[in-house]
Amino acid sequence: MTSAREDILSNIRRSLGVRGDERTRRAIVDERIERSPKGLIPARGQVSGKERIELFIAQAHAAQATVSHVADASEAPAAIADYLRSHNLPATLRMGDDPRLQDMPWGETTLEISRGVSDGSDLNGLSHAFGGVAETGTLVMVSGPDNPSTLNFLPDNHIVMVQAKDLQGDFEEVWSRIRFAYGKGEMPRTVNYITGPSRSGDIEQTILLGAHGPRRLHIVLVGE
Amino acid sequence: MTVHPTSPNFKDNASRALADGQLQRALGNVKKGFIEKRQLAADRLPEFDALRDSARDIKNHTLAHLDLYIERYEEKVTASGGHVHFARDAEEAKEIILRICAEEGARTVTKGKSMIAEEIGLNAHLEAAGITPVETDLGEYIIQLRNEMPSHIIAPAVHLNATQVETDFRRVHTHLDAQRDLSEPVQLLTEARAVLRDRFLAADVGITGANFLVAETGSSIIVTNEGNGDLTQMLPKTHIVLASIEKLVPTLEDVSQILRVLARSATGQDMSVYTTFSTGPRREEDVDGPENYHVVILDNGRSAMLGTSFEEMLRCIRCGACMNHCPVYHAVGGHAYGWVYPGPMGAVLTPTLIGVDKGGHLPNASTFCGRCESVCPVRIPLPKLMRHWREREFERHLSPATMRSGLKFWGYFAKRPTLYRMSTRLGMGVLGWLGRRKGRFASLPFAGGWTKYRDFPAPQGGTFQERWRRERRDGASRNSTRVDAR
Repeated sequence: MTSAREDILSNIRRSLGVRGDERTRRAIVDERIERSPKGLIPARGQVSGKERIELFIAQAHAAQATVSHVADASEAPAAIADYLRSHNLPATLRMGDDPRLQDMPWGETTLEISRGVSDGSDLNGLSHAFGGVAETGTLVMVSGPDNPSTLNFLPDNHIVMVQAKDLQGDFEEVWSRIRFAYGKGEMPRTVNYITGPSRSGDIEQTILLGAHGPRRLHIVLVGE
Repeated sequence: MTVHPTSPNFKDNASRALADGQLQRALGNVKKGFIEKRQLAADRLPEFDALRDSARDIKNHTLAHLDLYIERYEEKVTASGGHVHFARDAEEAKEIILRICAEEGARTVTKGKSMIAEEIGLNAHLEAAGITPVETDLGEYIIQLRNEMPSHIIAPAVHLNATQVETDFRRVHTHLDAQRDLSEPVQLLTEARAVLRDRFLAADVGITGANFLVAETGSSIIVTNEGNGDLTQMLPKTHIVLASIEKLVPTLEDVSQILRVLARSATGQDMSVYTTFSTGPRREEDVDGPENYHVVILDNGRSAMLGTSFEEMLRCIRCGACMNHCPVYHAVGGHAYGWVYPGPMGAVLTPTLIGVDKGGHLPNASTFCGRCESVCPVRIPLPKLMRHWREREFERHLSPATMRSGLKFWGYFAKRPTLYRMSTRLGMGVLGWLGRRKGRFASLPFAGGWTKYRDFPAPQGGTFQERWRRERRDGASRNSTRVDAR
């Protein structure tokens, strides 16, 4: 008896009228994966510097995220404490081992800091993004001990730091950076693109925020 | 829940749907929301139509090399520590999933929304084996409580009103205060969030579908707004991905092209809230994520569609735009279609998957207005494919006798142009004269099926052929021969 795998592949080949060992077909597939052609990139994200930052902020707002922009990472703890206070949220924060987060002057605030993965009971989580995409106001998160993926989804309020220098115009630039960091064809276990807070339209097609993921998404954008 | 199709009873289903007041009120939400949001999103992106071409081309390229991309994908998943399983049909897929659950000693599994899981009837199979499946997408959760099928591929509970959901929550969530206020939709959402949060944390296995599988990296991709799919796949010890063969795309760049048309076509968002790329199980240094990662690749009749006119249907990315824009779907909703996939895409896909003898009615449920094709992000010629099914149904003598004799009657005239022109002009003249006072008919012999739900307009002016000739003649000078087909 042939395996399901063999059967499916040979059915596909029979339907397509191919054998599977054709050199030209294999070369086409190899080249596509090797070269990974970019396709059509919308003009919207093709801006740089201050314009790119402004586009990212505008698009994040359009997706119902909030943004505070600070000149330097040392100002971030105070900005985060302000955000929590102004929304009447408790002064607690859970985060991973990312040195960029660890090294910030938390002592200047009264925030109660805890570390590690979320068990589902944390109200406020903090993560550091790998990057952002100006085209759509999207945050790019990668998994690992520095920024556990559970922090992206379980806390009620998710605060994400992103460096202005890590903002890309489009998704394709993000993949170039991922390949540079992880190697061609390799990926972190999880890449989360996050565009705004969790929502659902499943009840009478009315959009409500805070379905299963965070009810609020606050972005702290660092630098010029 | 059952996957036993009621598609052969489409006409009865549709009649019931038209008389269902709750359903008709709920269907108003489809017309109201989706169409305008999609249009606004498309208008915000000047390159939108060009990106639809790009998405179509990527899908065509992938399908033409599907055997090779599946092999590449499998290699990459294995290299990242995951397992790939192949299933020829629904039975094999269910057995594979059950075996993995049994190996893990699973008692409850959480599920992200997966149309393929509906297609194979996974929940019933798990339940029969003593495993509790918990749907976590809000819409899927609601219909699971009601023991119903989804009525829409991206909005499973679109056929329901908030008061119905409230009744179900009060019936099932008996551990909560009976006096609680659930009059606002947000209170329903908050309650579902709290109930399901416990289920997420307790689940042994998480099962999700996949919007895409990337051959370059061996990644599976889910696109959601709620975040339920992510909690489903990251919290339990084992993550099972269930995906059909046509979900393959070559590279991360290719998927980025298609993502630009997916959310815009579906919900009118530029991007859905969560687009997640999963590659293999938890790594050594990871502090969270699943320890086991399985992918079940399902064929279930799709490989036989390649190389036929229905190959184009395999481009479908399940955005739901075709049903959101379909006047037939607006009138009868999704359950009338009687199986998993409703609307125009369902009318094409269902006969392929369950047979034209059972699903052959569905392609007849179309006015051929062409709106589905005009909004399809991967430009599937849905009306053409529905027409193919009608032809096959006719050839195989599956269409009813009244319809066949009606077509024969019409064919007699259509083959005699002079007679056809004369009789249509005469028929129109008589109808126009009879309806000259009101301009419409509330009832007509042989057209009761039409006039029961709306008036038949009295003909005005000349016949279509006369108008066509006149506009061709006049248009020659204006260089326009367009005739409004509606």
